[in-house]
Amino acid sequence: MKVTSAKYKDENRNKNAIIDAVINGQALSVPLDPANRHYAAILEWAKIDGNTIEDAD
Amino acid sequence: MTKAAELAKMGEVLTNSQISGRRNIVINGAMQVAQRATSATGIGANNGVYPTLDRMKIVTLNSAGRLTMTQTADGPSGFANCLKFDCTTADTSVAAGEIFVLQTGFEGQDLQQIKKGTSDAEKVTVSFYVKGNANATYGVELEDGDNNRYNSQAFSVTTDWTRVTKTFAADTTGAFGDDNALSLSLNFWIHGGTTYSGGTHAENTWHTTANQRMVNSATSFFDSTNRTFFITGIQMEVGSVATPFEHRSFGEELAMCQRYFRKIIGECTVGAGVWYLANQPLGSMEFAPTRANPTMAVSSADALKCYGNNYARDGNDTSCFDLANAQGFARFNFTPGSNGTAGDGATFQITDTDEFITIDAEL
Repeated sequence: MKVTSAKYKDENRNKNAIIDAVINGQALSVPLDPANRHYAAILEWAKIDGNTIEDAD
Repeated sequence: MTKAAELAKMGEVLTNSQISGRRNIVINGAMQVAQRATSATGIGANNGVYPTLDRMKIVTLNSAGRLTMTQTADGPSGFANCLKFDCTTADTSVAAGEIFVLQTGFEGQDLQQIKKGTSDAEKVTVSFYVKGNANATYGVELEDGDNNRYNSQAFSVTTDWTRVTKTFAADTTGAFGDDNALSLSLNFWIHGGTTYSGGTHAENTWHTTANQRMVNSATSFFDSTNRTFFITGIQMEVGSVATPFEHRSFGEELAMCQRYFRKIIGECTVGAGVWYLANQPLGSMEFAPTRANPTMAVSSADALKCYGNNYARDGNDTSCFDLANAQGFARFNFTPGSNGTAGDGATFQITDTDEFITIDAEL
């Protein structure tokens, strides 16, 4: 999977409940669940220098 | 009838009938369910994707080879559909790290009957129907992801539908986790480089060495744009006998597939809630429980409308959810194209026949 961007979504009381990501060119809302394959891919992507999960607005 | 004849008849009935209940561990083995699409081109560019048929994953790295993947109305007697690969870009200069595998995966909690990693470990038998444009040799592999152990065997493809049956040795080393994570993958190797073929492969032997995974004298599917590969009727069962394929209803297969992926397409109301703020409707959506907390997506920023008191507002957002759990609930939470009225009731609707929501908890 090709992760292009990742940013926490922070709405109301659900701080960092989900990551808005672009993976394989598609916008996805990814839960922070280690069993979710997209979240696992984001964590691997974030280990590479220069890649960061952006903070929520 | 003599006693011997009675016993032989009983054995025949047990082997050829459907009286032994649920046997096939593979979901969508008859290639009935294709929620995402029935055809996809350019396959090979992205790793870890499910382009067409449910539960059928593409594992690919580093190859320039490309193919079209379709759910095709073809099959041996008793099968209406198969999965078809059609090579569109050849790759005859195979680098070491290249790989192309068709894979279907299984949760560890669904495999405990194999008793892998114990002294009582069971054999596993895999069967499937295949054909191609010409003779070829590919590999079928069990990959134990919990313990990084592999066992592969060669199979032949001809231009006619043939049922392949392969019994895999019991493995007394390495147990499967009893959880919802990927423990075992059933892999069909149709292309790979020396990273996976450089060692000495032994048929039907559990091992831990990457370069022994590909079978001897394997064909590369990407050696010619003439190549096609058809497969259906995939069954994996405990024991050393390949019983007749266990046909299940479309509804059963669809329900099992939707533990991993669901696509809700077309104009319909998918949830209800409230305009929490004038620019923020919140609402609940319910679906069948999923394997893990699912990834949510909409087909476009225009996929959803939110209705209020005698008005409708376009979604104008690709980030439409902020909660989603495996129990089957997600929350709409997005910024619409224009404001509604705080406090109004809200209903959420897919706007058009070709717009959709996906719920993805695949392995």
